[in-house]
Amino acid sequence: MKNLKQQKQAAVFWILRIMTWLVVGILFWILGFLLVKGMGVLSWEFITTAPKNEMTSGGIFPAIVGTLCLVTGSMLVAFPIGVMSGIYLNEYARNGWTVRFIRIMTNNLSSIPSIVFGLFGMALFVNTLGFGDSILAGSLTLGLLVLPIVIRTTEESLKAIPDTFRNGSRALGASQLQTIYKVVLPIAFPNIMTGLILSIGRVSGETAPILFTVAAYFLPKLPTSIFDQVMALPYHLYVLATSGTDLEAARPMAYGTALVLILIVLLMNIIAGIIRSLTSKDYVK
Amino acid sequence: MSIISTKNVDFYYGDFHALKGISMEIEPNTVTAFIGPSGCGKSTFLRLMNRMNDLIDHTRMTGEILIEGQNIYDKTVRVDELRTKVGMVFQKPNPFPKSIYENVAYGLRVNGIKDKDLITHTVEESLRNAALWNEVKDKLKKSAFELSGGQQQRLCIARALAIKPRILLMDEPASALDPLSTSKIEDLIFTLKNDYTIVIVTHNMQQAARVSDKTAFFYLGELVEFDDTQQIFLKPKIEATQNYITGRFG
Ligand SMILES: Nc1ncnc2c1ncn2[C@@H]1O[C@H](COP(=O)(O)OP(=O)(O)O)[C@@H](O)[C@H]1O
Ligand SMILES: [Mg+2]
Repeated sequence: MKNLKQQKQAAVFWILRIMTWLVVGILFWILGFLLVKGMGVLSWEFITTAPKNEMTSGGIFPAIVGTLCLVTGSMLVAFPIGVMSGIYLNEYARNGWTVRFIRIMTNNLSSIPSIVFGLFGMALFVNTLGFGDSILAGSLTLGLLVLPIVIRTTEESLKAIPDTFRNGSRALGASQLQTIYKVVLPIAFPNIMTGLILSIGRVSGETAPILFTVAAYFLPKLPTSIFDQVMALPYHLYVLATSGTDLEAARPMAYGTALVLILIVLLMNIIAGIIRSLTSKDYVK
Repeated sequence: MSIISTKNVDFYYGDFHALKGISMEIEPNTVTAFIGPSGCGKSTFLRLMNRMNDLIDHTRMTGEILIEGQNIYDKTVRVDELRTKVGMVFQKPNPFPKSIYENVAYGLRVNGIKDKDLITHTVEESLRNAALWNEVKDKLKKSAFELSGGQQQRLCIARALAIKPRILLMDEPASALDPLSTSKIEDLIFTLKNDYTIVIVTHNMQQAARVSDKTAFFYLGELVEFDDTQQIFLKPKIEATQNYITGRFG
């Protein structure tokens, strides 16, 4: 009897183990696949020059610049608004129906397909507000897309902070605002950074929201203002894979682009992770 | 002339009637101990004196609390200012995740003091008064979390002293500490009495007897008996007090 029980247990643990390694395996497979296929075109020239010969040679520099612009722009939109809303919801607002309503709405916001955001961005920012296809319109659209992530992580990070810190500060005569920016936010900061990391990953990879708001098919010229169009890595990847004049010849360029996109996201995650660990070393609980 | 004077105080959490008609006079430079079974309103009453209950939603108070003659629930009172006059030490040590120095300087900074020399001087003075200076003087820049529980609690006392309050409220300040740290805190209370008026909640009978001049026995939201500590412990007038002190309930 006992033996059967143990065998069952062993079997289940084996299945769990295999599943876990399967996931890891698939991840490494994807990475390895991209490395093998994309490594060949990766060169200094590839990341510093514009595409040439119908995009079958040259580099992807304008798309890299474009994606960096959009990441920066959308973070400038989503981060302040998201963090401020998160602070409002957790620190100020009383837990009434308004707060519940806002929470439900932000959650709904995060389940809207990104192509719908693209359409909305085009209608509002490109046309109605007259920004045209531009970094501004694209950043605003992407910013809206990740707003719920930033609000959520901010709220969660604040909620995790015990009230004893807040009470300790208030009992010393600090105002609620002083308590928030001198005690609560420094503690929450590393976790809020997680929201930033997640959003950066999301923003750099999105194609649909930039399709109608900013992305250029081919534009070797670098942007000079926020009202310029740019190329962007995910859209460029899409173009290379589906709509060039010579798809076979452009294939290695597509893998190279995918590799660069992943490396950029990885790099940003590492930077954010470093900031996170540097700022959180004081908080030992 | 009392420094704290409460008149017929009632307090409600929502519909729950937590304090019932409490009137009490507390003299300056005395230690007053609140004793009683848990849940009978000691902390609630303590938090009324620096208006920390304001931070809890759906609460209501009636009656009056005067501190140095001023009704602290008057509309003109600035609550942040009141709290610099009436300091508080909590049950669990709650230093901020900052350096030892910054923990003590915090109250000064949030109250608009910028003079560096003054801050440094006050930090040292407060740490000395909290009997912690000798243990931390070489590591002021270190995180407060590196200190032991007892040291953290004395740091919290130093932090409260730094803004020069007149009254110090302590809610079971030693209940989370080991016996040695506890006796250090008790010694400290004894010396602090010279400069401050202290109100301390404790569930430890011996502690109340050792440190306090006056003792108040609370039961089910009511102030049952309030008298000289000696009187309360030797010859309480009310049977419920007697029963509690001799450990027959609570
Ligand atoms: N924040 C609160 N909300 C609702 N009820 C509370 C709150 N704090 C305390 N109470 C209730 O008020 C009563 C007195 O609590 P408290 O003052 O903490 O007692 P004590 O300090 O004597 O143990 C208890 O019944 C407790 O459940
Ligand atoms: Mg209590």
